Amino acid sequence: MVTFDLETADGRLDALRRMQLVREFEETASRLGADGILEFATVHLCLGQEATAVGACAALDDGDDITGTHRGHGHALAKGLDPERMMAELAGRREGLCKGKGGSMHLADTDKGMLGANGVVGSGVPITAGAALANHLDGGDNVSLAFIGDGAVAQGQVHEALNLAATWDLPLIVMIENNGVGEFTLADEQHNIEDLADTAAAYGIPGVTVDGMDVEAVWEAVDEARERAVAGEGPTLVEGKTYRYHGHFEADPEPYREESEVEEVRENRDPIATYRDRLIERGDLTEEGFEELVADVEAEIEAAVEFADAAERPDPEAAYDDMYADPVPEIDELRNPTLL
Amino acid sequence: MSQDTQHRGQETEELTYREAIHDAMVEEMERDDDVFLMGEDVGGFGGVFGASQGMLDQFGEERVRDTPISEAALVGAGAGAAAKGKRPIVEIMFSDFVGIAAEQLLNQTAKMRYMFGGQADVPLTVRMTEGGGTRSAAQHSGTMHTWLAHVPGLKVVAPGTPTAVKGLLKSAIRSNDPVAVFENKMIYGQTEAVPTDPDFTLPLGEASVEREGEDVTVVATQRLLGESLSVAEDLDGDLSVEVIDPRSLYPLDTDTIAESVRKTGRLVVADESWVSYGTHAELVARLSQEAFYDLDAPIQRVGVPDVHVPYAPELEDEVLPDGEDVRDAVERLF
Repeated sequence: MVTFDLETADGRLDALRRMQLVREFEETASRLGADGILEFATVHLCLGQEATAVGACAALDDGDDITGTHRGHGHALAKGLDPERMMAELAGRREGLCKGKGGSMHLADTDKGMLGANGVVGSGVPITAGAALANHLDGGDNVSLAFIGDGAVAQGQVHEALNLAATWDLPLIVMIENNGVGEFTLADEQHNIEDLADTAAAYGIPGVTVDGMDVEAVWEAVDEARERAVAGEGPTLVEGKTYRYHGHFEADPEPYREESEVEEVRENRDPIATYRDRLIERGDLTEEGFEELVADVEAEIEAAVEFADAAERPDPEAAYDDMYADPVPEIDELRNPTLL
Repeated sequence: MSQDTQHRGQETEELTYREAIHDAMVEEMERDDDVFLMGEDVGGFGGVFGASQGMLDQFGEERVRDTPISEAALVGAGAGAAAKGKRPIVEIMFSDFVGIAAEQLLNQTAKMRYMFGGQADVPLTVRMTEGGGTRSAAQHSGTMHTWLAHVPGLKVVAPGTPTAVKGLLKSAIRSNDPVAVFENKMIYGQTEAVPTDPDFTLPLGEASVEREGEDVTVVATQRLLGESLSVAEDLDGDLSVEVIDPRSLYPLDTDTIAESVRKTGRLVVADESWVSYGTHAELVARLSQEAFYDLDAPIQRVGVPDVHVPYAPELEDEVLPDGEDVRDAVERLF
């Protein structure tokens, strides 16, 4: 069953609220990175990309899995991860989702089907294919979705995994968030095709390119991909054309684009503002209703910041835990060298 | 504990190293439906060296999966399936190819549990054949166990006997940690009486004293274990040689080896890997720490002297370590 049904007014409002939650989380992370509890943190923010994360996850079942990218806060929030424990993880606290061991680039919550953001471009796709294989072997109706950026389409392992999953008809969806720039270089300088979903042809699977600023378009494409996957028809490659409001990371001087370009997109194509307007036009929402939603989300993120701020810092000794399910003696011995 | 003592009273059958690998996989797949095998040519072809012969017929194509030639995808998919609770056995045909899967093995599989704060166990087994002697030149003859043993988050075994490979492969499959199993293909045909009990396993991280002796300790892995035992036999009467198979490279049973060295005062480390910065160096470091004042002579290393494995028989035989090199090393110590 889909997480949010965008064919109903309630589902659409849930999706809008979730996008606003991502927006507020990211703007807060940006602010706290400049001055606050995230000053030491390396974060890659997904401002502008809320519709691809939320549209895709809204079309998934709770029991489905995802993997995210280095720009992964939106993926995690869209999959329903707790903003308090996410913020605590970004702040490197003991109550963080990964006990302060992973940070922004390794956010994970396996109980919620979030098998990890990833610090390496494209590396999540083979892992997600494996999750899809596990789902296939279990014979259930669950699927696995890997988010990747445009840059990952140039990674060999992404194509190895697509070929493997296509050959085995695995219930896999690969969602490309094409924001037009891979790290600090424009996507069209890194790829010889315009629509990256066209690479699907090499694997005999559907490749669908949609407006990634339109949450409903993303939802519909992923919903359809999920139906194929559950029916045993194999993977789908979905590309959402989106836009990144901030740089690759917060200190990026962004020499590859003009500020006016960012302003133009924010003004005319913002995924939250345009969806808000559409829902008001449809009668799903009022101006006041949206203001309440924004205030409600602000309070939720404020609570997340308070939780993270109050959370305990890790005991340094914890650095030696969690290496193995069955620990090795080496680690303790190396920590406590003795002479004969 | 010597192997004879260890398995005395257990029912055994004479198995080759290859058959021991096969039986370990079959027994674990019969025991646990979550175990499955995937790799290049492991199904219809039965594995490039025949280890999975007949398994496709027995278990079907869902659980014995022929894969595309995509090492990164196989190891990554193994890790993903393992994180979801499966127990995949992934075969990489030759350890020389592990570099293709390096990102998935070193940066993902090994780090997943730690990065996620202990949330995900990754019960993945990766089997690789390795070693020179087949006149196949440098890209099919190397050993990479040292490389993986350096990476925290993985466990690494390189068993030297049919009993060891059966017991350790079964433990690897049952382990909730990722384990790399290195199988020297030159000893695939060696036979030994191996316990038949399907619950027979050997613990990861336990060395085995394969022959007791008083004068010198030889720690030897894989093919060099058998060759060192022959050397010990030849020298019997002149020198009493203790031979130990470490079996696991990480974790490594330093205690058993240190106990031996405290007795003999002399140590030779024989491992078919490049000598510099490797398995030999690790043993030297650990034993100089644990048995420094018991050593009567510098520790000797026998391995591949930092060159690649060449093609022509005269050249390959020149660089691969063998019993003669072990014997020379032992004799240097007296």
